[in-house]
Amino acid sequence: MDREITLEVDGAGRASTVDTRTSLLDALRERLGVTSAKKGCDHGQCGACTVLLDGRRVNSCLVLAVTADGAQVTTSDGLAGEGPHRLHETFVDHDAYQCGYCTPGQIASAAGVLAEVAQGWPSAVTEDLVAERTELTDAEIRERMSGNLCRCAAYANIVPAIAEVAVEQGVRA
Amino acid sequence: MTATTERAVGSDVRRLEGPDKVRGRAPYAYEHELGAQAVFVALVQSTVARGRITAIDSAAATAVPGVLAVLTHEDAPRLGDVVEELRVLQGPQVQYVGEPVAAVVAETSEVARDAAARVQVTYESGAPDVVLTADRTDLYAPEQLMAGFETDSVIGDVDTALAAAPVSVDVTYTTPVQHNNPIEMHATVARWDGDVLRMWDANQGPHNLVPVITEAFGITADQLHITSPHVGGAFGSKAFTHVHQLIAGMAAKVTGRTVKVELTRQQMFTLVGHRTPTIQRLRLGAQPDGTLTAISHEVVEHTSQNAEFAEQTATATRLMYAAPARRTTHRLARLDVPPPTIMRAPGETPGMYALESAVDELAVELGIDPVELRLRNEPARDPERDVPWSTRNLVACLTEGAQRFGWAGRDPRPGVREDGRWLVGTGVAAATYPTRRRPSEARIQAVPGQPYVVSIDASDIGTGARTALTQIAADALRVPLDQVDLRIADSRLPKASGAGGSTGITSWGPAILAAADELRDREVPPGGLTVTGSSGPGEEAEQLSSHAFGAHFAEVRVDRDSGEVRVPRMTGVFAAGRIINPVTARSQFLGGMTMGLSMALHEQTVLDAGRGHFANHDLAEYHVAAHADVGAMDIHWLDEVDEAHNPLGAKGIGEIGIVGAAAAIGNAYWHATGRRVRDLPITPDRYFG
Repeated sequence: MDREITLEVDGAGRASTVDTRTSLLDALRERLGVTSAKKGCDHGQCGACTVLLDGRRVNSCLVLAVTADGAQVTTSDGLAGEGPHRLHETFVDHDAYQCGYCTPGQIASAAGVLAEVAQGWPSAVTEDLVAERTELTDAEIRERMSGNLCRCAAYANIVPAIAEVAVEQGVRA
Repeated sequence: MTATTERAVGSDVRRLEGPDKVRGRAPYAYEHELGAQAVFVALVQSTVARGRITAIDSAAATAVPGVLAVLTHEDAPRLGDVVEELRVLQGPQVQYVGEPVAAVVAETSEVARDAAARVQVTYESGAPDVVLTADRTDLYAPEQLMAGFETDSVIGDVDTALAAAPVSVDVTYTTPVQHNNPIEMHATVARWDGDVLRMWDANQGPHNLVPVITEAFGITADQLHITSPHVGGAFGSKAFTHVHQLIAGMAAKVTGRTVKVELTRQQMFTLVGHRTPTIQRLRLGAQPDGTLTAISHEVVEHTSQNAEFAEQTATATRLMYAAPARRTTHRLARLDVPPPTIMRAPGETPGMYALESAVDELAVELGIDPVELRLRNEPARDPERDVPWSTRNLVACLTEGAQRFGWAGRDPRPGVREDGRWLVGTGVAAATYPTRRRPSEARIQAVPGQPYVVSIDASDIGTGARTALTQIAADALRVPLDQVDLRIADSRLPKASGAGGSTGITSWGPAILAAADELRDREVPPGGLTVTGSSGPGEEAEQLSSHAFGAHFAEVRVDRDSGEVRVPRMTGVFAAGRIINPVTARSQFLGGMTMGLSMALHEQTVLDAGRGHFANHDLAEYHVAAHADVGAMDIHWLDEVDEAHNPLGAKGIGEIGIVGAAAAIGNAYWHATGRRVRDLPITPDRYFG
């Protein structure tokens, strides 16, 4: 069964006809030609499809497109403004990737992490769950980013790439 | 031969495609032809491991609105003379669970998948035979191993030497089936433009595919055009032609449309290969001072019914240490499994895990520090080929690594260091990987006032090859980087070897140097000038033994209540020839070492003995290292230039990082706990049983 939906993708309104079985990821990749979000497993196990859905990070392969009708979707590409986002720059600078396939998902996820920490959300490794301010330490980055697999294993470069932006955004000393 | 000027080579150049990759604007295979009204393929896979299709009914699938075609062995296009493992949809025989038995082509991916589930297949089947043991009666010696290595090697009287050795170990290690699992799933977009097959494909070098695909479809090389500008990881699985690429060509032929085939993650476990499991018996004999007198390394591994894949697991043992008596053997069992393939350092990765673990066990028996034991058995020449090394700096890697890691003063006793709930230990292992060159050609087009167009069908699967080759070309042409327009990953460019075996830079780089040499001292006319150059293995392959070497050090912590294993830090030191780009090289070593950590602690694919399938075929159940698994990674390399091997002095760095890393972690686990785990991976339960 087909349905008409409208999404705001990376700042632009986009209308699409989707099958009710179409995932948000497939709506982006196969119907709208938006390929910044990647498919690595289609089961919410790798994080390559991470986008911000109304500002919060989701595995877009686990969201049915029809349920996102009217929503705002931001991919890594959409994080850029006039120029690249700082995460784009620090990932390049720290060589925080190799093949680059998981990278837009890592960056969308990192943007989500920075926002979550700014709002005081704790993680499984946060010691003080009610603290007003959580410091985005290396351990916090590793924990919060563990839903994004990188088979090239650039993890040890991704941590400093995110840490640098965390300092600039005031969530890390 | 042109010497590089080292203006760009050796400097920290960021990946040229980086700004596009981080935003998601660099197109991977599946992301081509977005506006082409492409159609989608879904596969139907066999549910039995060995047998025959007795009936196949695709009527219900064909009836689904939007379905364009259902291909089965009864009506799919006939392929040319391809090897048995690639004869997909050509007959009723089934040789492994997951073998494609039908392919549905539909207007959308949802419809294709829905229809695929409606294809009814009945089989006549027998019990699967998938369990590898060392005492199977049907083990056989292959004629030779992969890459042309001898199946066995024997020097001296090993059994007598072992029996006479004052100190010895006799231990057996196993490694499980592992899967490459690049995050980009294998994908092919295919279309027939008249009699020309156009493919956008995820592979490790378009030219690798040309012989098989042209033969399969009865076309000439001119009638095939494959491009692969960006590839989302591979680790070996994208080196060779697999069945989905042929299905893409068939589906495009039958429908006359642009078709897209993207394997699912689950299909990645059956259709693009795996690392063979191994059973490895290691026997080492030594004098009380640690001098090795005998080395025996016997390997048992599996291959499939439809292909012989004979991994060269013990070949590193032929060169690592001096010993007068030595033996390596390889035996295979042909099982009802999908064909294995190469996975990052095939052979060296499982083989050096076993050898370097056994050397650690011998060090314990001898009461000699494991770094010192390795230093005492350093061979002056290749001990089996009896030729000189081009360069061998294992000793320097071990001593430099020991210093960086803080090895000195290590208490050798196991199980005595506690930090709260954690038991703490440290371990070491050596690494090696062969240095080779393969034939490659390059072309340079010079036009006054324009950047040089440097063309070679090289491949960048995340290695940084695009950037490194641009650096090499810039220096060879004595121009800045922006005056080089490098073109790679296109079957219509000059033929080059694939990205594999850590041979990219040593093969492609010298071809570019040779082309640049042709341009030297020639005046470029206003209309431009085109030159070519080629490179390939020379006398060095026969006269020298050329290998990269390295040393891994790891700290391991084991929670005595839960058995959880952590690796808070690793140090890797490598002697791998000239480093073209320190930024991307460090990432290569880092990625290899982390994949070694993943192998040590997480990775194993479980074969279901009853049904014959890979039971844990997704990323929730096949665990790979995630962010939280990785601690501080200290990576270092020695200044080494190996111009005796190739004019760049490079050795190749894509694989050595993984070799030995799992042994260092296993050895540290023993030092932490006093428990020697000889069957990977070292999961938490191993602490208790």
